[in-house]
Amino acid sequence: MKYYDKLIFELSKPGRTGYSLPAPESSSVSSIDANLLRASAPQLPEVSEIDVVRHYTNLSQMNFGVDTGFYPLGSCTMKYNPKINEEIASLPSFLGLHPLQPDDTVSGAKAVYEGLDSALAAITGMRHFTFLPCAGAHGELTGLMIIRSYHMSRGDTRRTKIIVPDSAHGTNPASAAVCGLEIVEVKSNADGLVDVNDLKPLLDDTIAGIMMTNPNTLGLFERDIKEIARLVHEAGGLLYYDGANMNPLVGTVRPGDMGFDVMHLNLHKTFSTPHGGGGPGSGPVGVCEKLVPFLGVRVSGFHGNFSVILRAYTYILMLGRQNVKMVGPLATLNANYIKESLKDKYKLPIPSVCKHEFVYDGLIDDGAREGVPGATTLDVAKRLLDFGFHAPTIYFPLLFHQALMIEPTETESKETIDEFIEVMRRIADEAAENPDILHQAPHNAPITRPDETTAARNPILRYQA
Amino acid sequence: MSKVIEGLRYSESHEWVKVDGEFAFIGVSDFAQAEMGDITYVDVPSVDDEFAKGEEFGALESVKASSDLYMPVGGVVVEVNDAVVDAPELVNQDAYENWLIKIQMSDPAEAEGLMDAAAYNEFTAK
Amino acid sequence: MNGFSYFPHTEADIQQMLERIGVKSVGELYDDVPADYLYKKEYDLPDAMSEQEVRDFFYGLSSRNSRLTCFVGAGAYDHYTPSVIPYITSRSEFITAYTPYQCEISQGTLRYIFEYQTMICDLTGLDVSNASMYDGPTAAAEAMRMMVASVRKSTTVLVSSTLLPNVIEVIRTYAKFYGTTIEMIDEADGRTSLQSLTSILSSVKTGVAGAIIPSINRHGIIEDLTGFADSLHAQKALLTVYCDPSALAVLKTPAEWGADIAVGDAQPLGIPLSYGGAYVGFMACRKEHLRKLPGRIVGQTKDGQGRRAFVLTLQAREQHIRREKATSNICSNESLMALWVTVYLSLMGPEGMKRLNQLCYENAHYLHDELIKTGKFEEVFQAPFLKEFVLRPLVDVRTLQRKLSENGFFAALETSEGYVSFCATEKRTKQEIDSLINIINKEVEA
Repeated sequence: MKYYDKLIFELSKPGRTGYSLPAPESSSVSSIDANLLRASAPQLPEVSEIDVVRHYTNLSQMNFGVDTGFYPLGSCTMKYNPKINEEIASLPSFLGLHPLQPDDTVSGAKAVYEGLDSALAAITGMRHFTFLPCAGAHGELTGLMIIRSYHMSRGDTRRTKIIVPDSAHGTNPASAAVCGLEIVEVKSNADGLVDVNDLKPLLDDTIAGIMMTNPNTLGLFERDIKEIARLVHEAGGLLYYDGANMNPLVGTVRPGDMGFDVMHLNLHKTFSTPHGGGGPGSGPVGVCEKLVPFLGVRVSGFHGNFSVILRAYTYILMLGRQNVKMVGPLATLNANYIKESLKDKYKLPIPSVCKHEFVYDGLIDDGAREGVPGATTLDVAKRLLDFGFHAPTIYFPLLFHQALMIEPTETESKETIDEFIEVMRRIADEAAENPDILHQAPHNAPITRPDETTAARNPILRYQA
Repeated sequence: MSKVIEGLRYSESHEWVKVDGEFAFIGVSDFAQAEMGDITYVDVPSVDDEFAKGEEFGALESVKASSDLYMPVGGVVVEVNDAVVDAPELVNQDAYENWLIKIQMSDPAEAEGLMDAAAYNEFTAK
Repeated sequence: MNGFSYFPHTEADIQQMLERIGVKSVGELYDDVPADYLYKKEYDLPDAMSEQEVRDFFYGLSSRNSRLTCFVGAGAYDHYTPSVIPYITSRSEFITAYTPYQCEISQGTLRYIFEYQTMICDLTGLDVSNASMYDGPTAAAEAMRMMVASVRKSTTVLVSSTLLPNVIEVIRTYAKFYGTTIEMIDEADGRTSLQSLTSILSSVKTGVAGAIIPSINRHGIIEDLTGFADSLHAQKALLTVYCDPSALAVLKTPAEWGADIAVGDAQPLGIPLSYGGAYVGFMACRKEHLRKLPGRIVGQTKDGQGRRAFVLTLQAREQHIRREKATSNICSNESLMALWVTVYLSLMGPEGMKRLNQLCYENAHYLHDELIKTGKFEEVFQAPFLKEFVLRPLVDVRTLQRKLSENGFFAALETSEGYVSFCATEKRTKQEIDSLINIINKEVEA
């Protein structure tokens, strides 16, 4: 990757055009009352088509994607994005549909929703899904709205608290808060699992439910889920399943069977749709039978991100019932293989069998000595970029100070993973010998580490000539 | 070890109070600024805003953290330290010289209940 | 195990990996799962298909949709998409990238978001823009929360009755659970009533965070927002304007109306209709409200060698740091759709955007006048419009819609008052309009 320093505005030259439109017959817009018109034209760039193509091609070359290399990114499930998905999503007979067209003119699109709904129901054990949420966090919010609506419909208005484990994704408390719920934290025990004894005293008639990630953010299956589900249900609460970590359970375990009442899925994680540099995603929410009446909550403008939904459905049809069974197991195999291969170089606080991901707590030998600080998790992450790998998720979960959270997915080969292991070992050796190599990393990326403090103190958030 | 100044009063949420008659200056302790790291933004209220003791009145931000500020004593804001708003790094340089707001206290007795320097030293050592 | 193209593992690979882990089978890795939770049955899914079978399946499905010539807007607009855009946005370095947290290998994403933010500021006239949001209606709901968070001790947000129904509905959903009171501002003669706003302000007095009002409303009318910002500001409340960013290239900007926040859907900037998504919401504000602006923001800084570099900045506002104290739970943006919009605006430039609006105006006014000439519609409002308008039908609406649909048109969307709504973008041709009129003349009886 090479450094390219232009912004599109810097390529602008008055009089250049990149558009192709017929000439209007008049300047009729000016017949609109001047009070309703803007004083001066916007300062958009004036560039020709080739300028645009070259500029964005150059920008793309400063980016890393799944097609470039391996992302061991914990809880993000960066699996391969199949190309047939893209082909199907760009079919003109889907792209050209207006969202308000009468149902009898969009029966193909309707069939996509119906087909995906029943496929996801089969995979998760939930009854039905809503596809309106546009992302995982949006799904969380929607799911919590459904939980609150259920309690309210029963006149059970005191249930305004939601239990969230201390290992939860940071989004859980934020979603709960904007849904008007008060957060109650439940602690993890020494094994990294929800502490049932800590949970019991929290359960009363003010509890709306519990949000759980299973396997949790340490990659551990919550073994006591049966007991937890019983206790929460007995107390009148509902169980929410955060689908961020659904991948290891695809083809093996169904959240609906574990007693979960509401869940969201991230189609951009578990169901192979591309992350797009941060979106668009899709966060459908599934519910059990008794919550189906509350599924109609209006959380986005039309029918959700149809183009993403199409991709996920394509993927599931490719998998079919034969291959679906191997998604979770192969992801789990890859994770355990890495975990076992690096534990002599990286601290492994929880050694038991993991699911799709696991957490190291920094280097065993960080190279720290008199006057030389040791290499941190951030340093390891940045050094990985030099070798053509994306960084793992770092400093999360908060339970460990130097957390490196690693999730390979089922689409990575043994060769890729072996190469990653070799690089991680080399980085550990470098740290032990000369941590400065790591402090200065990355060395081969388009830029070195930027000054984030100045960026936040004196924000420059738009281009100014 | 972080600096603690005699004569000031401290809260458990790490704000300090310097009483000046019916007025008080409020800032954050050296311990608090060290915990935050490079402070990038100081959010303070407007003059005339009124807060009760314990009420949230603003926040400090660093690149990777955000910490809310709570009123160690109640009162009405009479002055805001614009220098700190313009240059948040001043709080890192000297947390006691660079106060955040000046208030007119609604009940000066509230300051009595706060920790003195010795007690705060012990509190932060835990 | 049968080969499957997305799983690279051979039997030998699996055996070697199991040996290193120290277990005998992949199944053993699930020994910690209570046995009765392991799903032993066949999944109720179709048989795996080959790629060609999948392709045939979807070709079949998509052919069941009717491709209609679109004369409806109502929040989704059929504008032309330059061929460069899908070419650029399908580059795998953009589409398969993760969120740009590792800025050193994400400068491509970060730079186009910075460009996007600049363009949104330019179109709205406001100081700062976030990196984009899910869609227009959710951006409006986020603005509601942002105003409540910005105005101390406020609990009420005023919402114009002339906003699109789906925007109002999403705002109401978010408000209900966030605990915000929504007061509707009445419409008068198809426009947001300033008198209604001031009378609510004088009766509610305290606790009003602000108002959300459209720039072009659900009747297609370009609203005159003179006096709205002043009335709200006098009571320390804020003004959010909901707008069509394509039209902002010629219409008075939210900043010029005195707005504090602008939101809307950027779909009209070249994003295909795509049955409602993926679209992209935008949100911009005055700089004094920056800290309450939800969502990601990209900022410019320097790298260790002093070169210009871009990072996600001001993250201390966001959910992963503020947790339950964040104004919003949004974690992502609609990055790729923001790229779509950025490439579109780069190609169009100021002149292209002007020309486009001109063409919309001409087509929509031609359509309007021709519809009136059929004698089957009446004017409802005497008001300025750009590309969308409503008329009172003098014919049976169901019959009208059915005849149009049978002849390949999507037009005459019925509104809650029983009016019919039409829209004509630059993409519609005179022939298409004439043919629509011809069908109405011939096949729809007065």
